[in-house]
Amino acid sequence: MLTIRQTRLAWLLVLPTLLVVAFVAGYPLAQVFYYSFHRADISFVEPTEFVGLKNYIFLLQDPDFRGALWNTLRFTVVSVFLETVLGLAIALVIHSNFRGRGIVRAAILIPWAIPTVVSAKMWQWMLNDIYGVINVILVNTGLVANKIAFLANPNTVLWAMVAVDVWKTTPFMALLLLAGLQLIPSDIYEAADIDGASKWQQFWTLTLPLLTPALVVALIFRTLDALRVFDVIFVMVGVNTATRSLAIYNRQTLIDFQDLGYGSAISVAILVIIFIFVVLYMRVAGKGVRGED
Amino acid sequence: MRTRGLGYYAGRVLFYVLVVFIVVYSVFPFYWAVISSFKTSDALFSSNPSFLPVPFTLTHYQNVFSGAEFGRNLLNSLIVAGGATLICLVLGVMAAYALGRLRFPPKNAVLYIVLAMTMFPQVSVLSGMFVLLRETGLFNTHAGLILSYMLFTLPFTVWVLTGYFRGLPRELEEAAYVDGATPMQTLIKVMLPLTGPGLVTTGLLAFIAAWNEYLFALTFTIGNNVRTVPVAIASFGGATPFEIPWGSIMAASVVVTVPLVILVLIFQQRIVAGLTAGAVKG
Repeated sequence: MLTIRQTRLAWLLVLPTLLVVAFVAGYPLAQVFYYSFHRADISFVEPTEFVGLKNYIFLLQDPDFRGALWNTLRFTVVSVFLETVLGLAIALVIHSNFRGRGIVRAAILIPWAIPTVVSAKMWQWMLNDIYGVINVILVNTGLVANKIAFLANPNTVLWAMVAVDVWKTTPFMALLLLAGLQLIPSDIYEAADIDGASKWQQFWTLTLPLLTPALVVALIFRTLDALRVFDVIFVMVGVNTATRSLAIYNRQTLIDFQDLGYGSAISVAILVIIFIFVVLYMRVAGKGVRGED
Repeated sequence: MRTRGLGYYAGRVLFYVLVVFIVVYSVFPFYWAVISSFKTSDALFSSNPSFLPVPFTLTHYQNVFSGAEFGRNLLNSLIVAGGATLICLVLGVMAAYALGRLRFPPKNAVLYIVLAMTMFPQVSVLSGMFVLLRETGLFNTHAGLILSYMLFTLPFTVWVLTGYFRGLPRELEEAAYVDGATPMQTLIKVMLPLTGPGLVTTGLLAFIAAWNEYLFALTFTIGNNVRTVPVAIASFGGATPFEIPWGSIMAASVVVTVPLVILVLIFQQRIVAGLTAGAVKG
């Protein structure tokens, strides 16, 4: 009796969430697919017209889409790589026992707590070509002869974006990896010490392999986040071919060009790209951590 | 005790250099924003800026709050982030209790949908959400923004709270059933008080996510009536395009960030636990 009542109650409790999910995710997603096969403008001044695969064919030949894809991939690969290396270093530091550990953990939470828009503005000010503190430090210490216009130079601007993203999101990476480190039993290190393995050997043969599950999860989260980068770039440099990401190009098409049809096709393409990354990581993770439940 | 060699001390020194580097790297940009917000404009645009807020001024804060706009933006952000947090907590607790504690056959299917949604890129429903808000007349309203924020707050909340409910001991529930309580009474009287800490953490994380959101707030609002703080800060301008009011931008940034930083530092243990629970239990 109790189980039937439980199941009925469970349905009642889950239903509101399911309805909201259908409304804010299911319905918009269906709209995106629908309009990706149509010619339509976002204010619906002109009638919507079915055009089959025309938007997708255009997308494959669109140099702006390719440029945005290339920017996004470079941004993602470099920033996720740097975040992983830095995040791992920070996690290892916090995991070791020392006085002042709490201060370090509190300090790294600050970049995480700061809104992305605010962090973008703060760095825009610090990277200012004339008054920015970074240029002042670089010139005063003699590292560079002349101030650098980080955000105006097409060769440096994307890497400046990477630097800001790395600062903001490394803490998240560090916390996930720290949680992974805390799951590794400490007695295996005692055994390794007795066997005479150096700390360096212990890191490569024990820590890293045992950390793989946490590392894969952290990589998935950060990669998916980096692939949809919008805020940092849009706030710091606006729409600009040297830094335009897929998300920025998508919004530009949709809002600035009012092109609902093509904008929706770009949205579908972003979904497909993210799906490809998820499948790739799952494959790698499946090989790395088989045997886990 | 063994005597320690030079290598040991060199290692310790290097280690502490690394520690200092991590702390300075994490804190300096925020520190620079804070002192910039208290400097006079002359000091801000000096060729050799001071690392202390001298000469000290509150002008930029007065500028930020002199118009009605920024206060309005703060209120909008509070309404939207607060509303989204409350709704996703109520819905999330109900769903998470069912998913974590009750007999519910399609449990895994629902959890997979929820997990898939947490990985969902916001931008890929931008056009569909735009159409939805237009059709329902919720475009440029607080309710519309709150609704659109369910896309990323609700799945996260359900996911993390399900984990909390699962971790509670079975005996309490059974004792309640033996005493004749219905599952609903068990949820409200027995389980809910126990998930208090989980609710605080999850609510805080949802609030921060909604408070910081930019893409939807930028796209689904026009003018200042509904516009939230991130959009306002991003579009802060001077009298002319050449005069960027850096002092005021930093002051506004500090105003919206200090409460978050304080909250995060107070709840840091729980936030770390909540964040990693959201990610690692997958």
